[in-house]
Amino acid sequence: MSQMAVQDAPSAAAPNKDAQVCIGVKNLDFYYGGFHALKNINMNFFDRQVTAMIGPSGCGKSTLLRVFNRIYSLYPEQRATGEVMLDGRNIISDNVDINELRARIGMVFQKPTPFPMSIYDNCAFGMRLYEKLSKSELDDRVEQALRKAALWDEVKDKLKQSGMGLSGGQQQRMCIARTIAQQPDVILFDEPTSALDPISTGKIEELIEELRADFSIVIVTHNMQQAARISQYTAFMYLGELIEFGPTTKIFMEPQQKRTLDYVTGRFG
Amino acid sequence: MSDANAAPQGKIKWGRVRQSRRISDKLLRVFATTSTMLAVFVLFWILGMLIWKGGQGISVDLFTKITPGPGSQGGGLLNAIVGSIVLTFLGIAIATPIGVMAGTYLAEYGKGSKLADLVRFINDILLSAPSILIGLFVYVILVMPFQGYSGWAGSVALAIIALPVIVRTTEDMLRLVPNSLREAGAALGAPPSIVIRQISWRAAKAGIVTGILLALARIAGETAPLLFTALNNSFWFNWNLTGGISNLPVTIYAFASAPYDNWQQLAWAGALLITGAILALSIGARSLLNRK
Repeated sequence: MSQMAVQDAPSAAAPNKDAQVCIGVKNLDFYYGGFHALKNINMNFFDRQVTAMIGPSGCGKSTLLRVFNRIYSLYPEQRATGEVMLDGRNIISDNVDINELRARIGMVFQKPTPFPMSIYDNCAFGMRLYEKLSKSELDDRVEQALRKAALWDEVKDKLKQSGMGLSGGQQQRMCIARTIAQQPDVILFDEPTSALDPISTGKIEELIEELRADFSIVIVTHNMQQAARISQYTAFMYLGELIEFGPTTKIFMEPQQKRTLDYVTGRFG
Repeated sequence: MSDANAAPQGKIKWGRVRQSRRISDKLLRVFATTSTMLAVFVLFWILGMLIWKGGQGISVDLFTKITPGPGSQGGGLLNAIVGSIVLTFLGIAIATPIGVMAGTYLAEYGKGSKLADLVRFINDILLSAPSILIGLFVYVILVMPFQGYSGWAGSVALAIIALPVIVRTTEDMLRLVPNSLREAGAALGAPPSIVIRQISWRAAKAGIVTGILLALARIAGETAPLLFTALNNSFWFNWNLTGGISNLPVTIYAFASAPYDNWQQLAWAGALLITGAILALSIGARSLLNRK
């Protein structure tokens, strides 16, 4: 991939300079058992902006993403130290209710993860956990979420059918609908299009662009054109360290670090 | 590869495969095929004899009359059939909740814990324990203290045989549920109890039900544990499970070696019934699993 290709890609909207900090990361370290996977990460994520995390495999970008909703806590040997501030709380300290946190920070995974239940129940799953909604309110929210995820027209006549029967791209949009239905503050995308065909990928990218109006978005991607197309900010990570972070155009056009330049011009990675 | 038009020159010459290898190749094929034929032949011999001899005893009386007394004519297996169904289902009813919960513990909560490893190890031993041993065990704890054979003791013995099968299949099926599904549930803020009940169990449902059906098939034909526990009786089934209960396997055992023709005929018919039921359960379980 040449630098030209990245520069030619249609670029996303410019960053909003007045955006508030949504997640503040300070002195974050992360360990898989004895392996030191994230080393002293310091950076801010901005409200209603798309931040892309790029870097070669194993650089820690997915690990960082998995800190924000503390999904790593499912695995006892994984631990984080430092500060990740969200809405005035350090979310990696123990006095935060993990499940409540996860309801506020949604996550979409690399492979679609439809639950073995109907499309409707898939979308209602998160809402049913934390909100007492009447049947009609629930119906409305499910419809809204599916509309926002650009899936409504395709599934409105088969909401009762299993979510497992949809195509891969539809399943992924259903997972996005399921996440936004819960109305989180932040949505984390962990390589959401790497298992999808180009057309589904295009739809999901458009979707992320639209979701930026309502949600703060962090997306991990292997695809640098994708990062250039949809993000306002980009962070480049390498071997567990944050090498460079800034507005996307700056990272791709005039990176300050040689390693960033080498990576975005395809010299390694 | 400088000249693309040059004739390909094989480095390996023809005729390298030795005759002895061709012969050993053929021999292995013949040996494997013959062994298969032999195994299948014995199986069909058993089935054929069962259908031939048991089929003659299939009649309306079989399902409407109770087991005959010594020397009397005719008779059926009604009490034994009903008793077997009650014992088997009672056994499964006891084993299913314990087995499914234990399998859930092993797959969902006990990951990597020493206790889970120990439980899994003991469960595997129990899985292959001789059923007569389990019969003896239940005899000691439930028959001797109460001074009598009972239906309860019989179904507890059957439950102990079914339990490890259910634990094992439940754990295996839950392990097949991709972890990403659990993470996706947790990522929406669902606590483990909800992830397990609404996602893991649901995803593994067909497999878990299959395991229960296979356990049902396994205990339907068990004789040894019932000999020591439920024993038998030759009267009409009543819901008093504190006494001995008539059941097919023990009836077959008793009737097959008896000197009366009608008893022997009933034993064959009973054997055919059990085999048919187990076959139906196995096919049902398999088709359920494949449908997933």
